[in-house]
Amino acid sequence: MKEIRLMKGNEAIAEAAIRCGVDGYFGYPITPQSEVMETLMALQPWKTTGMVVLQAESETASINMLYGGAACGKKVMTSSSSPGISLMQEGMTYLAGAELPCVVANVVRGGPGLGTIQPAQSDYFQSVKGGGHGDYHLIVLAPASVQEMADFVELAFDLAFKYRNPALILSDGMIGQMMEKVEMKPYKPRWTNDEIEQMHPWATTGKPENRKYNIVTSLELDSARFEVFNEKLQRKYQQIRDNEVRYETFECDDAEYLLVAYGSSARICQKSIQLLREQGIKAGLLRPITLFPFPTKEINALASRVKGILSVEMSAGQLVEDVRLAVNGKVKVEHYGRCGGMIHSPEEVVEAVKQKIIGG
Amino acid sequence: MSVDIKDIIKPENLVYKKSSVLTDNVMHYCPGCSHGVAAKLIAEVIEELGIQREVIAIAPVGCSVLLYNYLQVDWQEAAHGRAPALGTAVKRLRPDRYVVTYQGDGDLAAIGTAETIHACNRGENILMIFINNGIYGMTGGQMAPTTLEGMKASTCPFGRDLEHDGNPLKITELIAQLPGTCYVTRQSVHTAAAVRKTKKAIIKGFQNQKAEKGTSFIEIVSTCSSGWKLTPAQSNKWMEEHMFPFYPLGDIKDR
Amino acid sequence: MNEEIIIAGFGGQGVLSMGKILAYSGVMQGMEVSWLPSYGPEMRGGTANVTVILSDNRISSPALKKYDTAIILNQQSMDKFEAAVKPGGLLLYDGNGITRHPERKDIRIYRVDATQEATEMQNQKAFNMIVLGAYLKLKPIVTMENVMNGLKKSLPERHHHLLPQNEKAIARGTEIVKEIQKI
Repeated sequence: MKEIRLMKGNEAIAEAAIRCGVDGYFGYPITPQSEVMETLMALQPWKTTGMVVLQAESETASINMLYGGAACGKKVMTSSSSPGISLMQEGMTYLAGAELPCVVANVVRGGPGLGTIQPAQSDYFQSVKGGGHGDYHLIVLAPASVQEMADFVELAFDLAFKYRNPALILSDGMIGQMMEKVEMKPYKPRWTNDEIEQMHPWATTGKPENRKYNIVTSLELDSARFEVFNEKLQRKYQQIRDNEVRYETFECDDAEYLLVAYGSSARICQKSIQLLREQGIKAGLLRPITLFPFPTKEINALASRVKGILSVEMSAGQLVEDVRLAVNGKVKVEHYGRCGGMIHSPEEVVEAVKQKIIGG
Repeated sequence: MSVDIKDIIKPENLVYKKSSVLTDNVMHYCPGCSHGVAAKLIAEVIEELGIQREVIAIAPVGCSVLLYNYLQVDWQEAAHGRAPALGTAVKRLRPDRYVVTYQGDGDLAAIGTAETIHACNRGENILMIFINNGIYGMTGGQMAPTTLEGMKASTCPFGRDLEHDGNPLKITELIAQLPGTCYVTRQSVHTAAAVRKTKKAIIKGFQNQKAEKGTSFIEIVSTCSSGWKLTPAQSNKWMEEHMFPFYPLGDIKDR
Repeated sequence: MNEEIIIAGFGGQGVLSMGKILAYSGVMQGMEVSWLPSYGPEMRGGTANVTVILSDNRISSPALKKYDTAIILNQQSMDKFEAAVKPGGLLLYDGNGITRHPERKDIRIYRVDATQEATEMQNQKAFNMIVLGAYLKLKPIVTMENVMNGLKKSLPERHHHLLPQNEKAIARGTEIVKEIQKI
């Protein structure tokens, strides 16, 4: 029988983590995502699946705990919100540089600075362009429902381990705080230490006699060798671009106008499309599910068929840059979005389509 | 009668040998540096306790960043100051493993103070080794949190001025206050006797992990001839005359 | 069926939990649901509101500007949300502390004096269930059986002995809701 629960996005992340066999969660409280660790601490998975849950002294410590755990080949994750994620950027680049798999969930709030605790999508650049120093990318998934908050935990781990790369779940305060129906997946056992040693021969599990000792590091003082390593990383990112693009389209078949939006904004835009179609305006939506890799080809193909594109996000305009790169001048691309923690209404998006795309 | 080298190198003539845990790599440390001795001691202890298979070691940023080139155990290279956070997760996820972190003064007592104090305060069941030479060696001799009053460094070229630069930090005394620590000691490796004592301390640090007693913390007051701009012999003397009065050797806590 | 509701009042009135019970009732009835709260400092003594959507179809936007129903439980919320009711929609309010009554002519307006009734029942906690009862009388989109199942799901088990009291409060709400304006 299906197990249907009504839960918050933040709670769904916690529950899904236990069920998909996560070994460790390390975090630090911050609004609007504190329910993730609160849920885990209430469920006490260390008594059931053996999952470790620890409240760290800072986001800096928690991301570095991920480094330690990931280097052991364990499935480890953290969650935070924008200011905390900024603090984690050091750890993220080390994780990427050491090619360690892990999952980080960002329940975004409005910035810059301490900002607001209300939802926003203004961490897009930080998420998809690297965020810390050096040439690297995270794999970025953008859930648009509580169900996806749950499902993407496992998907993020699958991708993180497949490519030995940190994966980021980029949601926001709206999806984190809202409740929807969720179908929970059955429990999967955690990997045993023996399984980890077989599956991840690179992991620091203690040196057996029959292999050379393992070193997990992001340091390479020989620039010529480090260039070779960087080129290898870039090939990996290209592989990810080639194989892992995920997106969803909504009423695009006959669309004359295209909206591009992810996460919460994509939900709002679905309502806008319904309202636009009631007024006889044929609009459709492309929702990137992966933000890195970005559905560049798919947007470019749709750009050949529509009269104009509106990129909608709860920020001053970040996603729109990637949409414009994808469209490459084929058709007009404009940005619309509230920012600073304000959520645009479906009606406001309708007006923006009329004024910026149809009328403009 | 001439003696051939083959006549000398025989098992029955063996009085000392390099630990099998050490690699054959030539250490990059400067002449007179304490790091090489400390690294050798850790290797010897791991070999003698027979725990090479069970050790996960964590290297810092600083002169010991390349420690993983010398000891044949599984290594993680941490970001600057974060080794105790890595060690925390490793031990919690692999309680069947011995975890040892190795950090210098800038790493442990400046940029990583929060991680250090909180790991010790949680009583993470790990061994932390702290090399205190009062200077940043790797980056070229800048002032450390443990640089003594009046001691010259490239960022306090006229000597540490307490009014301007603040006080040297006795972090080991601070850590001894924390209920999570079971063993806090300050040692050195500048004489044969001191080396023996430090080795005993390291053995105890690993044994404490087996006994699940909490955090063991070993400070090794060390020399940095290059940073101090002294010869190795002068460095040892200077350490005895200046470092030891401020950082006195001995056990601070042992329970 | 697609019902878009805003419930707004003071923090502590049980606004969010009433929305949760309604959402859970929808789940029990096999509907799609969403529950989107205002969160943060607003929860601590200030105004609190929650958007609840119950639908037979997949729900698009959980955040809305216009609602089929506004359940309004204080004056600030009246000022903010009266205008947000769709023409032909429903406004249900508790008259307690209301100094400016609704003025729209193009919507249905009902009043439930739940604060007063809860006081008379000597059970302040029954307040939000009285309001829920009044709403369900006007829009019986979920069956009482599913409401009780939803209530059971959203209450921690240690509070299950309170279920009969809640049921009574819901029933009381259905009785005392008053029509103010038809269209």
